[in-house]
Amino acid sequence: MGRYFAIRIGRALLTIILVVTFAFVVLRLSGDPSLMILGPEAPPEVLAAFRKAWGLDDPIWIQYVDYFGAIAKGELGRSMRDGRPAIQLVLERIPATLALTLPAFAFKVALGIPAGIYAALNRGSAIDRAVMITAVAGFTVPSFVLALLLVLVFAVQLGWLPSGGQDSWRHAILPIATLGLGGAAVLARFTRSAMLEVLGQPYIRTASAKGVPWRKVVTAHALPNAAIPTVTILGFMVGTLIAGAVVVESVFAWPGVGRLLVVAVANRDLSVVQCILLLVAMTMVTSNLIVDFLYGFLDPRLRAKGAHA
Amino acid sequence: MSPLVSIEALSVVFNGVPVLHGVDLSVRKGEAVGLVGESGSGKSVTWLAALGLLPRHARVSGSVRLDGREILGAPAATLDQVRGGRVAMIFQDPASALNPVLTIRRQLCEALALHRDLSGDALKAEARRLLDLVGIPDAARRLSAYPHEFSGGQVQRIMIAMALAGNPDLLIADEPTTALDATIQAQILELLSSVRRELGMAMVLISHDLGVVAENCDRVAVMYAGRIVEQAPAVALFDDPWHPYAQGLIGALPPLDGPRRRLAAIPGTVPDPSKMPAGCGFAPRCALAVEQCGISAPSLAPLGDARTVACVRAEASRRALLGIAAE
Repeated sequence: MGRYFAIRIGRALLTIILVVTFAFVVLRLSGDPSLMILGPEAPPEVLAAFRKAWGLDDPIWIQYVDYFGAIAKGELGRSMRDGRPAIQLVLERIPATLALTLPAFAFKVALGIPAGIYAALNRGSAIDRAVMITAVAGFTVPSFVLALLLVLVFAVQLGWLPSGGQDSWRHAILPIATLGLGGAAVLARFTRSAMLEVLGQPYIRTASAKGVPWRKVVTAHALPNAAIPTVTILGFMVGTLIAGAVVVESVFAWPGVGRLLVVAVANRDLSVVQCILLLVAMTMVTSNLIVDFLYGFLDPRLRAKGAHA
Repeated sequence: MSPLVSIEALSVVFNGVPVLHGVDLSVRKGEAVGLVGESGSGKSVTWLAALGLLPRHARVSGSVRLDGREILGAPAATLDQVRGGRVAMIFQDPASALNPVLTIRRQLCEALALHRDLSGDALKAEARRLLDLVGIPDAARRLSAYPHEFSGGQVQRIMIAMALAGNPDLLIADEPTTALDATIQAQILELLSSVRRELGMAMVLISHDLGVVAENCDRVAVMYAGRIVEQAPAVALFDDPWHPYAQGLIGALPPLDGPRRRLAAIPGTVPDPSKMPAGCGFAPRCALAVEQCGISAPSLAPLGDARTVACVRAEASRRALLGIAAE
């Protein structure tokens, strides 16, 4: 078991290093921050001084080594725009993002999982078809289209809810609905197919053949098995809690991490972008580790493999 | 003596395709009945339908009586009492027949709690006793293991223990040894017959292996394309089959004694259930078929001692076989 997790933690660290490296290189190849921040009209000596101050005139590999050296000391750099520590800028925005993504996550789970189970148990019924059509729609409609549709109906036509901003809880309803509906659709589809797969297994027939009432066959025999694939997609959703709302925050002018990322990328505010990507990679990797741990808990076959690995 | 289970005119239709065409079969108390036929002939479907275990889209009609009481279409609560409690079933592929995420104790105790008034320590003791009975060594410790920690033969033993948990009057063993090695097969069959003798339980052994059925059953029914075509006491059927299909099946077995001979294969293949011929399902492959065979399907008729055959040419077929033997 210890080895099972040692291997996974090693892989997780490698993933984080790769993500950070990729972001580092791409950002430096895709435009000069000094021009973006000071403007093309800035005198050459000012630009040169700016580049020297931020170390941008060093060869890229020296910048890279310096960057990792700083990370090792716990320094994630400062914003090139206002000189404040990047981590502070990001941390300030996290509560706003979580205020959308956490309720949206609860919404996805509360709606998507029961809908998927119900659809699977009533396969071919009108309700199953309705769930599937909704799920496919939720799956394929991009979140910005859904967001604009919701704004059109509930803000513009009906005037019930504000179309953007962060002044009251009512401002959070449309962004949460946008995030939650799409996620619930994905989750309903996954849960339905996981349940159908499990319900077709011989051990379900065995349980019925020994006289277990159907309700209990579903709860005690089918659900624990269907939970295994469903946990995978749930883990992915937990991983998007920090920065899964980039598009939705932009559409609804919600001052969260996602919007900070968009602005920072546009401005080539390198430290801020790198700081956000590092955080995203860490949450993704952590949720994957939790999923791996849950697999071991849910599936005794994997537990055994881990013990022998 | 009235039969324990009597199935009459049992028919099953899957998505508009009939797969079972009025099966009549009865099982007496303590009797071992073999059900043989090729895959797809309806052996398993007969019993899954009788116990209400087919998927919802299957349309089942006819009658299944247990001790004279109709159970086909009975309410779910009644069926849950019957399944496992009066009629237990074990299946072909032991590896996937047990729930992989639950311990053996959970699965065994579940069956015990459902059909026997046991709880607490008595329940655990009974679970241990059953595992001992089916020959799982170190039962007390093995109860907390998961199915993947056992071999195929051991899992089938556990399935048998689970089937015995409710003290059933009838055990349906659906190809119980097909997925197992030959040596393990013999052990499992041995276990089944010893358990049956001890408990006085009836058994239906579903198999495509004629040898297995011949050794373990009192009476045998041969199925072809969703119908029973012949049923007779095991010895009579294997010595002297009347139905041309039964003759073909038994003719395809290598003889254990006497000179080596070419094994006779039945020409052609089983008809597709959606393109079943109008008359006898076997007529297109039958050397003795006459015009009448293509018109209507013959029903099972008593012929001789304790034998029923569904063939208008049964007498001719028997003479043909005896003629060949005399030559």
